Amino acid sequence: MAVIADFAVQGIEMLLVLLLAPLLTGFVRKVKARLLRRQGPPVIQPYRDLIRLMRKEVVLAESASWLFRVVPYLIFAATWVAASLVPTFRTGLLFSWSADLIAIIALLGSARFFLALAGMDVGTSFGGIGSSREVMIASLAEPAMMMIVFTLALIAGSTQLSTMAEFMASPAVGLRVSLALALLALIMVAIAENGRIPIDNPATHLELTMVHEAMVLEYSGRHLALIELSASLKLVLYVSLIACLFMPWGLKPADAGMPDLAFGVAAYIGKLALGAFLLAVFESSIAKMRVFRVPEFLGAALMLGLLATLLRFVSRSF
Amino acid sequence: MTLWITLSCTAILLLVAVFAVAAGREAAATYVVYGLCALAALTSLLATLQHLLGLAPPAIVTLPLGIPWLGAHFRLDALSAFFLAVVDLGAVTASIFAMGYGRHEEAPLRVLPFFPAFLVGMSLVVLADDAFTFLLSWEFMSLTSWALVMSHHRLQENIRAGYIYLVMASFGTLMLLLAFGLLAGPEGHYTFAQIRAAHPTAGLAALVLILALTGAGSKAGLVPLHVWLPLAHPAAPSHVSALMSGVMTKIAVYGFVRIVFDLAGEPAWWWSMVVLAVGGFTAVMGVLYALMQHDLKRLLAYHTVENIGIIFIGLGLALAFKTYGMATASALALTAGLLHVFNHSVFKSLLFFGAGAVLTATGERDMEHLGGLIHRMPQTAFVFLVGCAAISALPPLNGFVSEWLTFQAILLSPQLPAWGLKLLVPTVGALLALSAALAAACFVKAFGVTFLGRARTSAVQCATEIDRFSLAAMYFFAALCLVAGVLPGLFIDALAPISDALVGASMPSQIGTQWLSIVPIMASRSSYDGLLVFLFMVLSGTFSAFAIHRLASDRLRRAPAWDCGYPDASPATQYTAGSFAQPIRRVFGTVVFRAREHVDMPAPGSMQPARLVVDLRDLIWDALYVPIALAVGYAADRLNRLQFLTIRQFLSLVFAALVILLLVLAIWP
Repeated sequence: MAVIADFAVQGIEMLLVLLLAPLLTGFVRKVKARLLRRQGPPVIQPYRDLIRLMRKEVVLAESASWLFRVVPYLIFAATWVAASLVPTFRTGLLFSWSADLIAIIALLGSARFFLALAGMDVGTSFGGIGSSREVMIASLAEPAMMMIVFTLALIAGSTQLSTMAEFMASPAVGLRVSLALALLALIMVAIAENGRIPIDNPATHLELTMVHEAMVLEYSGRHLALIELSASLKLVLYVSLIACLFMPWGLKPADAGMPDLAFGVAAYIGKLALGAFLLAVFESSIAKMRVFRVPEFLGAALMLGLLATLLRFVSRSF
Repeated sequence: MTLWITLSCTAILLLVAVFAVAAGREAAATYVVYGLCALAALTSLLATLQHLLGLAPPAIVTLPLGIPWLGAHFRLDALSAFFLAVVDLGAVTASIFAMGYGRHEEAPLRVLPFFPAFLVGMSLVVLADDAFTFLLSWEFMSLTSWALVMSHHRLQENIRAGYIYLVMASFGTLMLLLAFGLLAGPEGHYTFAQIRAAHPTAGLAALVLILALTGAGSKAGLVPLHVWLPLAHPAAPSHVSALMSGVMTKIAVYGFVRIVFDLAGEPAWWWSMVVLAVGGFTAVMGVLYALMQHDLKRLLAYHTVENIGIIFIGLGLALAFKTYGMATASALALTAGLLHVFNHSVFKSLLFFGAGAVLTATGERDMEHLGGLIHRMPQTAFVFLVGCAAISALPPLNGFVSEWLTFQAILLSPQLPAWGLKLLVPTVGALLALSAALAAACFVKAFGVTFLGRARTSAVQCATEIDRFSLAAMYFFAALCLVAGVLPGLFIDALAPISDALVGASMPSQIGTQWLSIVPIMASRSSYDGLLVFLFMVLSGTFSAFAIHRLASDRLRRAPAWDCGYPDASPATQYTAGSFAQPIRRVFGTVVFRAREHVDMPAPGSMQPARLVVDLRDLIWDALYVPIALAVGYAADRLNRLQFLTIRQFLSLVFAALVILLLVLAIWP
């Protein structure tokens, strides 16, 4: 019986992130539009876009190979699995032990690897420029992320996200310098990983300034829908990650009852909304960087992460 | 018994080598030689596996060969069984690959006899149980592989590669010779059992560590001793490249582990720091060099340098934990390093096979002349992609598991009491993470430029799929990448006897954990389940594909590429290997390689096109090897006069040497 309940909770978790993902993207767009004193599209517009794209036929470039057609499903699968392993409203999910935080980061790395390959598949110059820039950004963002993981894992004594979140919710954490550095670095990495301003502009149509959009330029129809959905899922994943590590309030333990879980879901949605709002405010108040300023931005994140890890190595009290 | 079987297999391989000399010109010789090699290696592999799984006790055999009063000692324990399994696995698959690939060889007599001899050399190094046999086999391995490197000896670059390889190999053997000389002591205890029993003094052991690190490290490709590797590995035929990169570098790792963990006694506090620093530096430099290459095989060779760095990071951590008596942590780090030895031997061989297939089909190694091969060679492209994903440490394949274990070992290191290590280990962790991310970038480039996009030359347009033998070998290794990635517990358990013997503890048994996940220390700390991740990905991928095709749309139309409305018909407008690496070159290369870009403008009135030229400088070569080469040349010029002395002067030189040696002997305490 307990196993079935666990399965149900894991299933709800997977569906929840999947269903909330377009909403979060729509919400960010709405807030950004309102900040610019525009009306903006309704928050459910991304769902409509997805459904419309799914129904359309795929226009495939003549030089595209089988890889190009497989990649959207691969990316979606990797991102969805990664997103469903992050605790959202309850810790100790059934399959949380199957991959720890390092594995989740690596799953996102897999998704990026294949997306970058897809960008090169058709053999156009825009795809190449996107892929080449994406891997340059990733080559700095991934080690920075790994340093953040190191810091948090050393504080919590585990790389298991459920254990980490439980530890973060306990009073044993306290205020630490290394935590502050890690949070700052994590936000910087999250912005870069999701291709938000100032690294990349998700709404841009100026070809030379785009990274992610250049890679997926040749995609259409259901393939494009899956890639957009994966991008939304990734945003949910990062907001959930920051929420469960740095705002673990409302996160319910594994043995919580039904009313508690309902409260947990409500708290989770509140945290998502807060994260989206802050992201929109941040994006509206900053200009996009030149591409070759990005390494400096991410290098700073890497150094912050390394500093935080070093502090943890040197003393337990930092 | 198992040891006798493996030794007779090496004897059979020697006979095969002799047979190849006699019959190498016959058309069927390729099949016969490689077939026999595969059979002998397979027999040896089965015997070794029995040993590796703990079904047979360590075996010792002494043969009346070599130095009369010493004999040749052979021993098969857990460590040598593991490395012998790596050798045999590589040998079986490379032989099968070569049954197809070797038919395209222009001068088979330059390859066929040396290939089995090379296998003999590698097998005997891991089986040797005395210093003399070890060094003899080591040198035999170096010389046979040198002959294979020189098999296409008319190419100018191969001559240079062979020369540098020969010099570096001699240097490495010299270092190992000195290391064993110090270990054997003045009484000349050459068997490993005697060396193990005699505990060297701290100063002596320190010298041995440095000598072993330079000797084995030059063979493994540690930076800055790596210079021969990216020249020599690509020069050999591809199945030999696979063996050299995938297996021979691992023999060097074996030599290092055997000397440092087994023979040299208790490690001093600074040993691990040297190994860690060299490992971290090697990992990052290797991948940065690789990113700058556009020759596919050379890129792969530089990646071997990177992976050797990762292996040495694992070994260095194991050494650090061992120094401070943290046996379980040491077992974890050692297992991570050894698992990466196995994993790398699998996917690097696979990638070299793929490069060989491309070379056979197109005659090209330069990625700038390839492109779009996924259409012409879909199967090769698929297995090469698996290899690329595995080496980029992507879950659920095998490369990720060993890197994950290394990260877990790093996370245990704050408990180390030494301050130097507290500062060094996180830095090495950052270098490891950086090299993993750069490796992924590099393999996007390697696969993307070679196999994706549109064909850049006509050679690619008429390429055809490779033969069945080669494909079988590649599919086998690709499957192994997946199996070792989703069921890593099996492989970790097989490594337990080694860490038991070397560091006195082993990782907890993985086979009994629920759902076949791996748990390095305890479940609440960290766990990873490749099988479940793989199943989840397959399920959600197929589910979404099925749902979308059923419920939404499955229509598809082919049309010209969109490319923002300005598609260019010429394949030359695609991103090339050089342009793909340009952002990374600007970020890292300006410091590491002094990368400078400038435009060569033609003189006014000239019809020449303007060219963008990228200057890269290999600072290690310039700073270390050029001065040595100049010094040797200078000394040779000075010593040249000695050639023109009279007979009286020569005799007096001999006499003076004799007197000096006798004096040294008289003064020696």
